[in-house]
Amino acid sequence: MIERDYDVVIVGSGAGGGTVAQELGKLVRAGRRVVLLEQGPRLYDDEFTGRELDMSDALYEDAGGFLTADGTMTLAFGRVYGGSTVVYTGTSLVAPRRVIERWNVPGLDHGDLEQRSRRYMAENNVHYLPDEELNENNRLFALGCERLGYRAEQFPLNVRGCRGSSLCNLGCPNAAKMGTNRVQLPAAERLGVDIVTRAEALRVEDRAVVVRVRTRGAGEKGAASEWAPGLYRVRAGIVVCAGGAIGTSALLLRSGLAPVVPRLGERFTCHPAHILVAEHANPVTNDVGHPKSFYLDRAEAEGFVLETCMYFPFVTAKNLTGFGAPHSAFMRAFPRLQMILVLACDRATTENRVTVDGAGRPAVHYRFTNAVITALVRATRTSARIFFAAGADRVHAPTAEPTTLVRPQMDEIDALINEGNFQSGRISISAAHLMGGCSMGRSARDSVTDGWGRVHGVPWLRVADSSLFPDALEINPYVTVMALADRTAQAVQADAGELLGGRVVLTTA
Amino acid sequence: MSDVTEAEMLPGGGRANARFRAVLNAVVPEGVALDDDEWREAQAIIGRALTTRSLTVRRQIALFMLMLDAMSAVRNRRRFTALPAADAAQLLEALSKSKLLLLRRGVWGVRTLAFMGYYARARAAQAIGYHASAAGWAVRRKVGNR
Repeated sequence: MIERDYDVVIVGSGAGGGTVAQELGKLVRAGRRVVLLEQGPRLYDDEFTGRELDMSDALYEDAGGFLTADGTMTLAFGRVYGGSTVVYTGTSLVAPRRVIERWNVPGLDHGDLEQRSRRYMAENNVHYLPDEELNENNRLFALGCERLGYRAEQFPLNVRGCRGSSLCNLGCPNAAKMGTNRVQLPAAERLGVDIVTRAEALRVEDRAVVVRVRTRGAGEKGAASEWAPGLYRVRAGIVVCAGGAIGTSALLLRSGLAPVVPRLGERFTCHPAHILVAEHANPVTNDVGHPKSFYLDRAEAEGFVLETCMYFPFVTAKNLTGFGAPHSAFMRAFPRLQMILVLACDRATTENRVTVDGAGRPAVHYRFTNAVITALVRATRTSARIFFAAGADRVHAPTAEPTTLVRPQMDEIDALINEGNFQSGRISISAAHLMGGCSMGRSARDSVTDGWGRVHGVPWLRVADSSLFPDALEINPYVTVMALADRTAQAVQADAGELLGGRVVLTTA
Repeated sequence: MSDVTEAEMLPGGGRANARFRAVLNAVVPEGVALDDDEWREAQAIIGRALTTRSLTVRRQIALFMLMLDAMSAVRNRRRFTALPAADAAQLLEALSKSKLLLLRRGVWGVRTLAFMGYYARARAAQAIGYHASAAGWAVRRKVGNR
């Protein structure tokens, strides 16, 4: 095994890892050595083709087909330089005060999170798109909401020079989305942080990470790793895990941390989601323009959030329930489709959690609670009303039987869409907001870390990603991940003198 | 499951190929119109997706395909591959509503592969009117906002 020595090693390059890497550039300026390990490749700009399978293979874990242990939900997360920030849509919201207060994490207050969030939103050029760049798919949602008396809100987005490819979830082909691959990671590298791609963290040892660096396979996208292929032990005085809710939980479980922090892997939440479509009589601009401009926040009142969305042919086909002629009729109507993503605000339970199998691979155990099913049904009913109010003729509703509703059935929505039609394994459910597993809290009795990402009882081990969330966030999580990672980085800098030995003089980066 | 051979896990030859095609035709009615080249393209997409999955998943899919044949023999007195597409779709529909999660998952898995084989092809995307491109608005506004 090849040995390497650093002061800090960061695992993961998404919203959490990228933020920590940039912040710890200050340590590099103070003479410390920092390295970031990313399991996925570093893609060249011209490799972002926008082709569905091509990009899913290159950017997502299991090509976007990672399933929960019982196979009833697909979990989407990135595995590339920039992590999931390469494949999200860039919707940038500050965590709701009510959620942070409910989390009740000692030392974590909403004001602090908001201030950090706004700093990263400014850094990522977050702003509202002008009206002329909003497509009809989005406008119809706002119109439907307005006609029903709902207030749809516009998403602030982290784009610069967006050309409206609509391909955000396949990695922006125009380098317009300000993920960590475009902002924080290049900044970290300029400050002297080493970044090693195709580097899979196998386990954490005492002040070290064992990592396998892979060779670039034939036909694979991306640059070769910065290090020669092989097995490495990267020793460091501080280890920061930022591999996401599944990646970090699995890494720490593989590393035998469960006896130290028995809550490891618990409290997994993910905002389980349906994709709904409706057919209009006339063409709807939907495959051009940013896909996600508006949302309707019913989290507090009804336990769900609706968002505009637009997906690609295979993902759309997969996510509609059923098959055969009715399914095909919706697919053939693609240029006349309006889409809504419905997300249930799930609650953390001890039962829904991340474990590892005998080979150390992550397994996500997730049971749909009655509250989640009810939230999905309510969300589908509201969406159906919005679709019809916007002028749609036919609506695909997974929890209706049959799944196609037509306009004359508008008054029967509550009866037709109901919990009795929810059958896991038949209805397509997916999730991309993966949270929990290393939750923040008071002590090892109730959590894995404190409010600054310090793992209880292991002072040199830190966490800086969405695994920190003690419960669902009820909004799109990346800005909050950055804010929490910023806190983790601050704590690392504060503790560096003690943990790394010697005096650390920080300079402004 | 050791009796499930590699040839039965992937489309590309023999009965596995026929089973995947029968599933595709059942779940995507337009699938029956695929010519040989188009089917080979779909087959390659499905085969590639399967090779990136774990051996366990590939075996589960192959085993479910074998079960389809067996259930079809009991229910329709014909192999699944010999059923008209409408009958094959009916059988899949019944299994998708089964009380057994294993069967529902099986249908979900093979339909997902079939959708991938059919809709991930550039020609299928074009045929349904999907035209997203990196150029975004610049191209679309030139051709009349659509």
